[in-house]
Amino acid sequence: MKLVVAIVRPERLSAVLERLFKAEVQGLTISRVQGHGGEREHVETYRGTTVKMELSEKVRLEIGVSDNFVEPTVNAILHGARTGAVGDGKVFVLPVEKIYRIRTGEEDRAAVTPVGVPA
Amino acid sequence: MNGADVAWMLVATALVLLMTPALGFFYGGLVRSKNALNTMMMSVVALGVVGVGWAIVGYTLAFGAGNALIGDLSRALLRNVGLEPQGTIPHVLFMAYQGTFAIITAALISGAIVERMRFSAYLTFIALWMIVVYSPVAHWVWGGGWLAKMGALDFAGGTVVHVNAGAAALMAAIVLGPRKDYARQAILPHNVPFTLLGAGLLWFGWFGFNAGSALGANAIAALAFTTTMMAPAATLVVWTLLDLLRGQKATAVGAATAIVVGLVAVTPAAGFVSPISAIALGGIAAVPSYYALVWRVRTRLDDSLDVVAAHGVGGMVGAILTGVFAQKSWNGVADGLLFGNPGQVGVQIVAVVAAAAYSGVLTIGLLKLVALIMPLRAESSDEALGMDVSQHGEEAYAAGEGAILVLPEREPFLATTMQPTAEGGHV
Repeated sequence: MKLVVAIVRPERLSAVLERLFKAEVQGLTISRVQGHGGEREHVETYRGTTVKMELSEKVRLEIGVSDNFVEPTVNAILHGARTGAVGDGKVFVLPVEKIYRIRTGEEDRAAVTPVGVPA
Repeated sequence: MNGADVAWMLVATALVLLMTPALGFFYGGLVRSKNALNTMMMSVVALGVVGVGWAIVGYTLAFGAGNALIGDLSRALLRNVGLEPQGTIPHVLFMAYQGTFAIITAALISGAIVERMRFSAYLTFIALWMIVVYSPVAHWVWGGGWLAKMGALDFAGGTVVHVNAGAAALMAAIVLGPRKDYARQAILPHNVPFTLLGAGLLWFGWFGFNAGSALGANAIAALAFTTTMMAPAATLVVWTLLDLLRGQKATAVGAATAIVVGLVAVTPAAGFVSPISAIALGGIAAVPSYYALVWRVRTRLDDSLDVVAAHGVGGMVGAILTGVFAQKSWNGVADGLLFGNPGQVGVQIVAVVAAAAYSGVLTIGLLKLVALIMPLRAESSDEALGMDVSQHGEEAYAAGEGAILVLPEREPFLATTMQPTAEGGHV
């Protein structure tokens, strides 16, 4: 079992989700975050106060998957999120010790298998 | 000159001016948060560039004597526009009142091209559009031009403002092309309360637009005021029912749209029809705009904020229904189809078709002309980042985190006087 954590551009989120659903990855969590990935900062001015915005809006996805789903998940994110410009984001794959599904108390692989699909 | 007329027209002018920032709120709420400021700015800048352009050349082309097609330059730079009476109000006030119409008409077009048009290209376009399209069409109807002589009824600008802007919006949406996310991913309104606020302020301002078009504090102004209250109310009722009948819920964005459609439809009719006719007119006008809107989203036509459905279709229906419901016993000018003058409908249709055709063709020409000088569309990456940051260097909802202050170079004056001395004090 792995936890796939990805940071992507907000405008690429739809493309990433589309590819994830096509790869039958159905359970995921997203959050709006701010980060810096080496891209050129943009400059904003408010009534003569000029600021460099070091942080850009990003979206973080967290997806718990069983081992044979790691590769399709990562591929979906790589292809959906890539624009080729600096600031496209990162994908991290982390080991997971234990997973529980709250509703049923199922554990591990069964806990990350969608309802109706045999584990 | 009449004091009551002057007082009312001063207020009415301010009311119509308020409609342009109100339109900014109406439109601004309907776009994504990354494009909120850009969308609102498209309305706000019209107050500047169209307002100044109106004084320099727009007013004279619309209201200068001229010929049947366009005014002359006798009032360019506001020459001969003084405190003398124009009707029962000072000429300068008449000019200012008409200027507020030019401003909002140009701003209306922006709804068709939001979230993708470069700001400088938009500015150039609306400045030219006001001179080349708005002023002549205003002259045709109000400046003693050919439609006026033909007897076309347009009380407050259904044809001049709404059909005109609607046709321009249709062509602008086609020339610019759809947003890159259009029909690929969901593009949702980011602040529906803004849209409702905008609709409310538009209705408030519209009392100046319609009742002010009587150009005095008189009985016709009272009639136009009442019909402006009644028609959108009827549109709102019918629209809500259509929403419910389609198996959906009554929606807030739908209600805001209905108010605007009703206001658009009653604009040409305001001082010409009875209040009960206005209710019928408003109710009928809901239907074509509603279905135009439902149909449009299934096409590749990215008229992003439905200017065509609301202003084009609504304006056309209102103009034609004016020819149906006009009643001489109320307005003292002309009867419509229902009151024994079927020919009026034909006149109304000619006016609508002429304005739409002229506006559509010239809009394409102007956009192609602007495109020769500068690109019309923002870079694809700028569109993805959002027009607020890419066009204006601002965000509507800046969090402020990670913002590093860029300190300006010290002014030489401060650098010498504020230099700390060896003793620790300042020189």
